[in-house]
Amino acid sequence: MKQQKIRWITLVFMLAAIMMVAACKKKTPPPPPPAPPPPPAPTASISANPNTIQKGQSTTLSWQTTNAKDVSIDGIGAVQPSGSQQVTPADSTTYHLAAKGDGGTQEATARVTVTAPPPPPPPAPSATEEEMFSQSVKDIFFDYDKYNIRTDQQSSLQGDAQFLSQHSSVTFIIEGHCDERGSTEYNLALGTNRAEAVKSALVQAGVAANRIKTISYGKEKPFCTESNEQCWQQNRRGHFVYSK
Amino acid sequence: MQDCIPQNNSKLPSPRITINSSTFLKIKLMIFRKSPLSATLRAALVIPCLLLLSLPLLSQQEDWIRTGTGLGVQKIRLAVPDFKAANQDPKNAELLKTFNETLWNDLDNAGIFDLVSKSFNPLEVPGQPSEVKYDAWTSPPPNASMLTFGNLGVTSDRVAVLGWLYDVKNTAAPQVLGKQYSDAATTDAARLIAHKFADEIIFRLGGGIPGVAESKIYFVSDRTGHKEIWAMDYDGANQRQITHLGAISLSPRISPDNSRLAFSSMGKNGWEIMMYSFDLGRMITFPRFGGTNLSPAWSPDGTHLAFSSSRTGDSDIYLVDASGGDLKRITNEKGPDVSPTWNRKTGAQIAFVSGRTGLPQIYTMEADGTNVQRMTDQGYAVSPNWAPNGQFLAFSWMRKYGPGAPGSNDLYLMDIASKQWVQLTHDGSRNDFPSWSPDGRHIVFQSNRSGTEQIWTMLADGTKVQQLTFTGRNTQPNWSWK
Repeated sequence: MKQQKIRWITLVFMLAAIMMVAACKKKTPPPPPPAPPPPPAPTASISANPNTIQKGQSTTLSWQTTNAKDVSIDGIGAVQPSGSQQVTPADSTTYHLAAKGDGGTQEATARVTVTAPPPPPPPAPSATEEEMFSQSVKDIFFDYDKYNIRTDQQSSLQGDAQFLSQHSSVTFIIEGHCDERGSTEYNLALGTNRAEAVKSALVQAGVAANRIKTISYGKEKPFCTESNEQCWQQNRRGHFVYSK
Repeated sequence: MQDCIPQNNSKLPSPRITINSSTFLKIKLMIFRKSPLSATLRAALVIPCLLLLSLPLLSQQEDWIRTGTGLGVQKIRLAVPDFKAANQDPKNAELLKTFNETLWNDLDNAGIFDLVSKSFNPLEVPGQPSEVKYDAWTSPPPNASMLTFGNLGVTSDRVAVLGWLYDVKNTAAPQVLGKQYSDAATTDAARLIAHKFADEIIFRLGGGIPGVAESKIYFVSDRTGHKEIWAMDYDGANQRQITHLGAISLSPRISPDNSRLAFSSMGKNGWEIMMYSFDLGRMITFPRFGGTNLSPAWSPDGTHLAFSSSRTGDSDIYLVDASGGDLKRITNEKGPDVSPTWNRKTGAQIAFVSGRTGLPQIYTMEADGTNVQRMTDQGYAVSPNWAPNGQFLAFSWMRKYGPGAPGSNDLYLMDIASKQWVQLTHDGSRNDFPSWSPDGRHIVFQSNRSGTEQIWTMLADGTKVQQLTFTGRNTQPNWSWK
């Protein structure tokens, strides 16, 4: 019995000693818990081609994802994992793609810049209108020292009246010109009557008088400076100038 | 002076009448034989000019009638030796040169003197009365009736001029004029003194009609690149720019008192009448009338302006007062009406140009627009200017105008009462915008006879033509009223 006690005591001591010795040693870390096999992470990319458009134009968004269950693009909604779609943003937009999968969530963005059309709206139609004006509205030519509209000028005048009636916002100036012959003061008065003759013919054809300004240049600003009838005829005219 | 008008080719040879006035004004009138020289014409031409109508001298060979009042009246033979230096001042030479040239030209331009060529002068010329040797001047070669002489001297910054006019044939009391002038010692002052002295001589020997040596001519020049209004002395000296508008300015008309200049200029809203004040040295406001406003013309009393306006759509003649108020329309015919000119003697009539029947013609009317009379019968007649004596219109006329017609237009005079006319220029160029000198002896006009449009003067009979401008293109001269 006594021996058994001693044995127990010895064993306890030994154990204690062992434990003490063991306590003085560095504790060995416990082995890491075994990680569960990780599911593969998703990947995502999105691009816009072209990425700069003018307002009103469209662009193509293309995206690709892998390992994703839910793929969505802000403003579009859920989409196929990979695909492409035409969009027509009104303003510059950042398309945000989110790809969610078991392995996590991946995001990607594509920026589409929308620019204003290069010719701003007001000048664009105006320039064309002015071009159309100068192409369509024909000057009216006169006989020497005359300010009545010649019969061969009636078709020009009708064309002018038609254009000016169709473009009712256009205001314009009729310049009266004369050839170099004759006297400065009389030619200025004659030029006035020429411009007024064209104006009153247009007014009769239905063009509002308040759209028309007249001015006389007499022989002060000739179109042609040679001294022959061909040139003089060029200078005897009612000349249309677009004003707005 | 021989007539240079080409013979009329018609079967009836045309008689030609030459009327000479005692003052010098020779007016050649070409009339058809059928139209006899009317009593009105005689009265109109003769009486106001204080003429003695010499009876028609029939020239059998040419079948011309030659008549006049100055025939046989010699021009006064006047000797104008150079003035002498009064002292030793070094500036004398420069001023004397200007003075002597100006005095000679003024007396020559006057048209009433037969100047003694300087090479005929005696070797010793007088600088003051005590040096005058009467015999040397009255005998040939100078053979002078009148002698003007004097001296000029600069003292510090002043120039003094003493000038005399002597009747060298009246040795007992020879002095007609003795004048003394003093001014700053500049060439401009020397020129002005010469003008003043010349005007005194012309006034004394020219029948009491004031000379024009101090008068001015206003005109349009493009020498700056824009048509602006310019001014110059009557002889072309001292050219200076008046307006600086950078636009197109035309038709300058000086007021009778020389204080204001009316003209037309293209502004933002077209042609408007503009007004420049010489008292203020700047533009002054004048109403805008709308439409094309052209060719202002002063009434002789300076209280009204007539001008052409298209404010209603057709060019008509309007009247306003001198500040632009009280607008009245006085013509109302379809067609351009432009270029009014007042009867400078009475202020009661206005002549103007109208295209109411087609080509422009000269018309007259009362200043209220009544009694419209057509003056020219054909061609293209523009730019009337009423003579100071009220009897004549000077104007520019292309008698045969139209496609293919020669492009010359000439200046003519027309007797208002009879509508008889005489051609003044015959050079085949374009002559326009005649304007009478205040004494009625000269006409300034524009002509392209030198190749470009320039300002010229001539005596009112078409002689003694002189070019005044040479730089740029110069047009629309207007001679001051005094």
